[in-house]
Order: sequence, then structure tokens, then C-alpha cells
Amino acid sequence: MSSPPAPDAKTEITGAMHDALRHDSAHKHVTGAADYIDDLREPSGTLHAALGGSTRAHARITSMDLSAVRASPGVVRVLTAADIIGLNDTSSNGSRDEPIFATDLVQFHGQPIFAVIAATRDGARRAARLADIRYEDLPFWTTIDGALDNGAPEVVAPMTLQRGDAASALEAAPRHISGQMRIGGQEHFYLEGQIALAIPGEDQDMTVWSSTQHPSEVQHMVAHVLDCASHCITVSTRRMGGAFGGKETQAAAFACIAALGARLTGRPVKFRPDRDEDMASTGKRHDFRVDYQIGFDDEGRILGVEANFAARCGYSSDLSGPVTDRALFHADSSYFYPHVRLTSQPLKTHTVSNTAFRGFGAPQGMLAAERFIEEIAYALGKDPLAVRKLNFYGQGGDGRTLTPYHQEVEDNVIHQIVEQLEQDCDYQGRRQAILVQNAKGGVIRRGIALTPVKFGVSFTLTAYNQAGALIHIYQDGSVQLNHGGTEMGQGLHTKVAQVAASAFNIDIAQVRVTATSTDKVPNTSATAASSGSDLNGMAAFDAARQIRDRLIAFAALNWSVPAGEVEFLPNRVRIGTTIVPFAALIQAAYRARVQLSAAGFYKTPKIHWDRKTGRGRPFYYFAYGAACSEVSIDTLTGEYRVERTDILHDVGKSLNPAIDIGQIEGGFVQGMGWLTTEELWWDPSGRLRTHAPSTYKIPLASDRPKVFNVCLASGCANREPTIGRSKAVGEPPFMLASSVLEALSMAVASVAHYRTPPRLDTPATPERILLAIERLKGR
Amino acid sequence: MTAMSADKIQFILNNEEVELADIRPHDTLLDFLRLRRGLTGTKEGCAEGDCGACTVLVGKRTHGGVRYESVNACIRLMPSLHGVHIVTVEHLASETHGLHPVQKAMVDQHGSQCGFCTPGIVMSLYDAWINQTTDDLADTETALQGNLCRCTGYEAIIKAAKSAAEHRPCAKTDAIIRDQSKIADRLEQIHAARSAIHLAADGANSLIPGTVAELLEILHREPEATLIAGGTDVGLWVTKQMHAISPAVFIGHMDALRQIETTDAEISIGAAVTFADLKTPFAALAPSLAALIDRIGGPQVRHMGTIGGNIGNGSPIGDLAPALITLDARVELLSAAGARLMPLEDYFIAYGRQDRRPGEFIRSIRLPRSLQSRHFAVYKVSKRRDEDISAVCAAFALTLDPDGTVTRFRSAYGGMAGTPKRASGLEAALTGAVWSRETAQAAAQMLDHDFQPLSDWRASAEYRRLTAKNLVTRFYLDTVGEA
Repeated sequence: MSSPPAPDAKTEITGAMHDALRHDSAHKHVTGAADYIDDLREPSGTLHAALGGSTRAHARITSMDLSAVRASPGVVRVLTAADIIGLNDTSSNGSRDEPIFATDLVQFHGQPIFAVIAATRDGARRAARLADIRYEDLPFWTTIDGALDNGAPEVVAPMTLQRGDAASALEAAPRHISGQMRIGGQEHFYLEGQIALAIPGEDQDMTVWSSTQHPSEVQHMVAHVLDCASHCITVSTRRMGGAFGGKETQAAAFACIAALGARLTGRPVKFRPDRDEDMASTGKRHDFRVDYQIGFDDEGRILGVEANFAARCGYSSDLSGPVTDRALFHADSSYFYPHVRLTSQPLKTHTVSNTAFRGFGAPQGMLAAERFIEEIAYALGKDPLAVRKLNFYGQGGDGRTLTPYHQEVEDNVIHQIVEQLEQDCDYQGRRQAILVQNAKGGVIRRGIALTPVKFGVSFTLTAYNQAGALIHIYQDGSVQLNHGGTEMGQGLHTKVAQVAASAFNIDIAQVRVTATSTDKVPNTSATAASSGSDLNGMAAFDAARQIRDRLIAFAALNWSVPAGEVEFLPNRVRIGTTIVPFAALIQAAYRARVQLSAAGFYKTPKIHWDRKTGRGRPFYYFAYGAACSEVSIDTLTGEYRVERTDILHDVGKSLNPAIDIGQIEGGFVQGMGWLTTEELWWDPSGRLRTHAPSTYKIPLASDRPKVFNVCLASGCANREPTIGRSKAVGEPPFMLASSVLEALSMAVASVAHYRTPPRLDTPATPERILLAIERLKGR
Repeated sequence: MTAMSADKIQFILNNEEVELADIRPHDTLLDFLRLRRGLTGTKEGCAEGDCGACTVLVGKRTHGGVRYESVNACIRLMPSLHGVHIVTVEHLASETHGLHPVQKAMVDQHGSQCGFCTPGIVMSLYDAWINQTTDDLADTETALQGNLCRCTGYEAIIKAAKSAAEHRPCAKTDAIIRDQSKIADRLEQIHAARSAIHLAADGANSLIPGTVAELLEILHREPEATLIAGGTDVGLWVTKQMHAISPAVFIGHMDALRQIETTDAEISIGAAVTFADLKTPFAALAPSLAALIDRIGGPQVRHMGTIGGNIGNGSPIGDLAPALITLDARVELLSAAGARLMPLEDYFIAYGRQDRRPGEFIRSIRLPRSLQSRHFAVYKVSKRRDEDISAVCAAFALTLDPDGTVTRFRSAYGGMAGTPKRASGLEAALTGAVWSRETAQAAAQMLDHDFQPLSDWRASAEYRRLTAKNLVTRFYLDTVGEA
């Protein structure tokens, strides 16, 4: 009988890459011990900020009397544009179109005009209501239609993607359809709102705790606003209570105001807006209006596509350029367009400046592509899935692999994924049963749809595709790891720690990830574009590799063995025939003056992009997936429920299956919310009236699919040498939710015997469902 | 206040006795926990009782024991907490046994991602766990109606609830079970020593009567005082509009207003009976009425909000009113000048105006018990099924004679006008008609005369009109047992 191995002779470590490890903060989450910025013990004398915002959508400020604000109890200072030491701007792209405080012109309802700094948050909020600001109204528009009617300017230069001759192809096509689709925006609704805590130091030093996906950008913004060098500013982020893109650029203004208040008062300043202020003054997902023409043959094969993507960008450019670009990059979904011309139209509106949100324009582009398929399917009386399959990208050598931006699709697995899911969830059998059931009439109708996802991974601005990491090993063998990515719940720190644990072959308990901080890893990119673990995992691996190489060289020399005889066993190191604990090797290396710290770096290979010509390889690789959803609708009220969803998703060789499944489930439900109940509503005065969870409805537990099966696609190792051959997972699953919209469409279409395309716009609220039913019944 | 009144409140916070005098009526439990006690596990997500990140349990004395219920700390006003046991997320794990079974299940099932909603989710699951209400999936979904999670898609949380349910409550792993008799005794002591309480701080006054006589006396002196029972509406005046609510009279704890009394003819429901406590008596009246309760807010709001508050605030979309009007409810108002009893529909005068005179309070809602002879249903239509405010809420009560002719038809709608209102045209058109799908649909056209709804963020006027009519058809189908 063999005895169990001694603890120091484990055959594998705990928490290696590919393990389904739990989130590194899970224990703290459930006990309330995980500190978010508002939970940090405030330094004594901390002051609090509150915003005063515009009550007009577009107006000239004719007078501003803040005397009552200043006189309010506890008020220490009032900040306006005149108080800004450096630049009154937080535009992330250098266009200087995004003032922290409006000066003479306000361009959306809720635009910040001033901030109050007071002894308490309550006092600051009360004081902020006492401003007497007079306006002279100017013409305004809040919608895409309004922008087009008024000849609104574009906030950035539009983009065109084209290949072949779309106009001629459309003309020559046997069949032709033109239409329009309206796609709604979305509020991030991160559970932890925006927040920053600025603590002044000596000279011009300022330490800022910011709930941000982009500490480096916050650092640069604070430096600009305070007119000092970046080396004075340290921005740190331990964790965010959700972000989803909403803290990529939008966190900066809050951090800048806190820092400005701290600089001017010499005291720490915390700024946590109320949820309503947060929702009114921060950007959201872009709404789109897509005007399209598609040409196709009698089989349903697409021959030509022309589409214009007009977007509600809000009053400034922010990230609207790359967002509308990404909409075009994904307007092919998984489909090959032989001839195509896609244009973007990033329109200025008098609303808050729209920004990054999980998917970054791609979901809107893909939704349009699924609408094209639906049009064809209803025109031909075919199953939309059959039309989808007919139009999938090819798999090499068949002349159907070139995207509208002239990148070859080299890693296409959509055929396999869709076919497997179709089998696994019995799509065909269930669709037949639903057709039979719907044919009986009745108030409740069902629908089913299976939709694909293909998502391009990389920042389309090539420079952002770089990352740094810093690893220290201390004399006890414990490892401290820092990298440029931020933790917003996606489990990035867990995954990157797994990379380090695997690199040294030590238990993950030996690896501690510390708060992201600009003084540890500089010049980082936003944790965005699903790139967090791709970039930072590789940077951490690079840092670990450097130290490991030094340790190998040292061990070989010290123990007089060839380097090939040094092997990292679980928590131990074999050096020739000697086996020493990892910590013992570290001790020895320290005494031998081996550097036990390294900065790692990574830049994504192969990618390049020329926006002017619309050609290049913007994406390192694609992530794929498919979802099948079944819904039921009540044709009397438009109410619906998602009865079942099956998902098969490609994450390459998963770095952490538990975390990846969580991303897929969460992304899907968030996408479902976007397409169903999440509706942004501006009143005629241009004021957002869905500014809190009482009026803005994200999914609840009872909204998720009643049956929800999620699987990771097997045998899908990334063909590119990414970290552990994994694939990005943050954004791609969001688009799996299009299956819900398409299933709702089918259920609606049943009332007119599937002869009329339901053309559901989004969000498909019960109201939109019912009105679509009425429209179809009227035909 | 009377000379005998006390000037402080007492409660138990986790395992600590707390006495407070410097409390203003608008001070929230959440701010108290976070700012004064450093208990930062309880989070602020929305400050309006909709996201659940601030969920804590409040234990109330009941028949010699303690009943624990989840509440939203963000809109729970401090003066309402005299004599209760407040349990926060910090109280769950123990040094000896580590994570509580509910917490451990959340960790094991990967139920947290960003973690910000998690303490609130844990507390809602804990509420369901300790009260053993999570026996099936639907119950778990109901238990989570008041908690938003933006990261997980809930699937892992549902699995955690299921997994936690395998560990039944026991004193070894659970502090409130371990301490229950001690806590019950202590709460009983606080209650026994009870006198009216008057808190004065920063010039703001909170009045906490113990008896109806004390309440009448207060309202006689302060006829314009803010009456607060559950505070689920007034809480938002505080957190969002920053209104001054002093002097405020807190009545939610008053035993005299929490009674449900049944006679042969009617049920009298005390104004401070919570939505949660309405479910059982409503189930006895009509299943549809009990089902409506689960569509109002989440458990936290249902544990706080009261029938009197729901009527008293005069909301055009307060979900109980259409049903209660349809069931011929009457409202009883009391003041030092005496009692008044009026049909509920007459209480609503116009948008923002009710027939409540200075110094009056709602003591009870009276419902006739003779529902069995009729068909009754109430339908709520909202953008999101749960924890949303109605776009349209419609209630119908129908009596048929043996040959299928409508002898009596009552209907009221919410969300269609400035007040909850009878559909008199619809009622007239159906009374005396033969009950059929065709007559129902034809009569529903009268709703265009009965109501001129508005368009807002919840629904367009067009959708409200259309749905209002279709709900008559829905009612017809339900009465004949068709889907």
C-alpha cells in the first residue's frame, strides 16, 4: 500500500493555469471584507465633493450666482472652470472637447458646471442644489433622427470599409431588400458607482484612489488638470465594483475634481456621486440607426451589402471614433459579404457623451448583420439558421475568408461550433415543435433562434496593445505580482496570478497580486477590449521568465549542473539530483546577489491597421461562440420570458474555466438586458428620466433563462501563441444575447405566419413586442 | 411630547447593544452603519431601495420570538429601529466555524465577480435560508427580486442558494439561531420599558408613539407632520430629493396598526401591515391578489412597505389600489376629531391630492369577505416582470348569473390616470351583457373614454391603451380557463 505523498512532494500545484480556481477575492466579497474605495478608512480631515449640473440640454450660461452654495453649512470651497489650475479638459483623444466644468456653454442636461467641496457628503449635496444659474436656450436635439434633421456635425471623422463593388452587386442581385434598424443604448449600471479619493502629499504629489479601468489615463488627466508632471501623480485601483467600459474614460472627471479639490484645500477629497448624478453625467452605450440595402440570391446567399451606421455620440468625441469603427468591423458578424460598403456616421447630439461599453460598438454591428439574415430568411420563407450557415465565412481556400477590412479569417471555427450546438440542444426538433404549437394559434407564442458570434480581439489602436508587469520574489519565497490590468470582477488578477504560479510551479497562495498602481507599472493601457489577460498575462509571464532564467543560471552554477538539469517541480526545484524547496532556492539566490525582481513587457504581434485606407490586420485573432434561445411571448401584453438558452463558446484553452463560464453567463444576461428591458428615455426637455434602477431595468434573477446551459467549446486552443493558448472572454459572450432578440422575432412573426419580417428594434420591451404584433396583424 | 417620553432609541446591532439620542428623522441605517460604525460590508448601490446592495436583516419581536426580515438599509430611517435586532453581513462568519454556509456556497459556486452586490445577495439568501423559504427555484428567484447583480447573470447565485439549502439552520454555524432566546428576551425588555420617544437633533424631530392615543395626540399638535410607516417612499424623499421631513412620526412598529381582524362581513387590515404580511390574508381572499404581492418591489421593500403607506402616498401606480377599489375596499381615517370611513376610490381626489385632513391618519383598510361568489383577477404589466413599477395595472371583479349574464362588473386601473381609477364605461358596458370574448373585447373599447393615459419612460399612451383593453380579454380567458 502506498502512502499519500508528503505535502512537500505534491504532484501538482494548486492554482495552475487552466484550473477552475475561484476568484481571488471571493472570501472577501461574501464577508463584506473586500474594500472598495468608499470603504477605505478616510484620512482625517477628508472633505467631500458633489456636482452642480446643467438643467438645460443646450444653452448659453448668462449668469451664475453660487453665493448661496458657498454660504451653505460645511462648504469649504466651490470649484468652477476658473479654479482649474491646468487644462479644463478630460477628452481621452486629445480633441479637447470635454470640459470638466462647462464655462459659457452647456451641451447636455446634467453637464457638470461646478463642484462643491464640503465637510460632509450630505452637506456638499445639499449645497449643490442652491446654485442660481440662468440660461439662454439654444436649439437642441437628443436623437439620431434629430441630429440628421438638423444637419448635426460628426464628433469625429467617419470611417468607410469597402471591398468589391457593392453598388453594382446590389443592382445585379436577383433579390434586394432595404430597411432600417434602430438599436438602443445601454447604461453600464456598475453596482459600485464612480468614485475617487485624492490625498495631497508634499510638493505637487497627489495620490488618487480611483475606480477606473485606466489608471494611467487618470494619472495623465490629473496631471493636466493640476498642471504638473505625471511623475507627481500616483493613481491606484485595487478593485472596481463593476465597470463594463463605463470606467474607461468616464472615471477621469471624478478623479480630476477630487484632485483639484485636494490641491486647492490641501486636504483629502472624496468624490462619490449619487447614482442619479452618475447616470445623468456619464456616457453610455451608443444608440445606432442602421440604414441598409442587401442583395441576395434565391438560395439566400448574400451578394452585396451597403449599410450606414449613424450613432448617437453625445456632445463630444470621447471614444465614439473607435466605437463606431468597431461597429463596422463587426457588421459582418460571421458572414462573408462578397461586395460590401459600410460607413459610419458618428453624430453629435445634446446628450451625455457616449462611451465604451462591453463590445464597444461590435454588438450593434453584429445585430445589424443578424437583421440582414432575418430579412433574407423571411423573404425566402427559410429557417434563419439555414441562411446563416449559407453565409458563414469559409475555412480557407474557398475565396470566402476576406473581411470588409481586408483581414483574412484564418481561425474560423464557427461551422463546428454552430453544428455542435445545433445537435446538442436539438434546435431542429424544438423548432419544428414550436412551429406546430404556434400554428394552433393561442395567446402565448414561442420562438427559437440560434445565432453565431465572431469577435475580433485587439485594440484597433495598435499602440494600446502593450502591457507591463512587475514581479518581486521576497526572501521567504513569496511572490508579489503587479500588472497594468485592473480588476473589475472579471477575475483578471486570479488569472494572471495563475500564470505566475505556473511559471514558477508554486501554489497560487504564494502569489499575491497587489493593487494596480501607476508607480509600479507605468504607461498602461485601459483594461478593455477583452485584452486584460492576453496582454497582462503575457507581461507577467515575461517577468516570471526573466527571474526563472536567472534562478536556473544561478542554480546551475551553484550546484555545478547543466542548466537543463534545473527543473521547477511543484513548490520545489530539482537541481541535478538535489531537490530543494522553492523558498530555499530563493534564499540561496538572494545571498548570491541574484536580482529577484523583474519588469515584464508584452506587445501583441502581427497587428496593424490603416484607418484611412480601411485595410490591415486590426485583430490578432477571433473568438467564436453560438447561442440558442427559446422564448415565449404573451400576444396580449407583449410580456415575454426566456425559457431556455444553450451556449457553446470558444475561449481557446481556458485559463480558468470557472471564471470563463461566469463571464459567458454574465455577458449573455447583460446582453439580454440590453436587447430587452433596458431602455434609456429622454424627456422632451432633453433630460434623462431613466436615471436610477427604479426607472432603468437591468435583468433580475427571474429574467435569466429558465434553463441555462453553458459549455466551453472543446479542442479550440488558440492557433496564435497567446498566454496558455487561451482566448479573450470579456466581450464576445455579450453578443450571444442576439439569440434572444431573434427568438422574440420569430414568436412575433408567428402572428403573421412568418410571412412578414418583424423588424424588431431594440430594446424589445414588452411595448415594442406588442406594437410589432399589432403592426404584423394589420398586414 | 408627553413629559414621560424617552429621548433615545435602543436596538441591538449584531452582538452589541446600541443607544442613540442624536438621531435625525432623515438619518438612514446605511449611513449609520458605514459612517458611524465603520461597518462597510453593507454597500450603497442606488440609495433608493432598488439594487439590494445595502441589504441587512432586521429582527422584530414576535410572540416571544424574533422574526428576521431583509430590508434596504439605504432607505430605512433610524428612528424606525427602536427595539429591533439589526444583523449585517459582518455577523455571519464566525471565528470558530469560518464562513457561514450561505457564504461558503457563494464562494464554492463562483457566485461573486466584482463582489459589490455580493454582501447584499448574501443577506437576501441568508434571509431565505434562515426562514427556510428557498425550497425551489421560483422561491429563490423571489428571494432575489430585490437584488441586482450586473456581473454574474445570476446562474451561479442560484446554484449557491441551492447548495446552501443543503445545510439547514443550526446553532453551531449560525449566530442568530445560537442567540435567539437571548435576543428575544432583550427585545422583550426594550419593548416592556416602552414609552413614547421623542428624538431631537439639529433642530429636527422624530416622534415615535407607542399607542394610538399618543399618535392622536401628536397629530393634534403637529397636524402637518410627516407620517412614516415603512418609509419605502419617504426614504427617497430623503435620499434623492433631500427634503426636510421633520417633524416625522414613525408608526410602522405600532402593534395597534399591525392587526388583521376578521369578522363575518369584512377583513380589517391595519395600516401598518406590511406587504409581506398581506400575503396570507390576501391568499385567503383571492390567489391573484396574493400573486400581486410578489410583484411589488423585492422582499426588502415588501418587508418594510405597508398597505397604509401604499394608499396614503396617493401614487397613481400604487399597485394595491386598483385591486382594492375593485374589491370595494373602504379606508378608515382617524383623528382627534373622530373616525371617517369612505370608499377607497373616493380617497383619491386627483394627482397628488387625497382626502386626508390635517391631523388624520389611515388606521385601516376594510375589505368585504364575499369574494367567493365572483371571479376576480388583478394584472400588473411592467417593463421588467419583477421589482418594477406598473405601466398598467388592472383589476376586475365579475359576478355572473347562472345563464352567463354579467350581473356585476367592477374594474379599476392604475397607471392610466392621475389616480387609481374605476373604469366606469367598461363597467357599464359589461353589466347586463352576456360574458363572452366578443362582448369583453367590444366593451374594452370604452376604456378609450374612461382613460387618457400619458406617455412616459414606463410606457407610451398607445401601449397603455392597447394593453388596458387586452387585459379585459385576458380576464375573460382566465374566467373560462383558457390561456
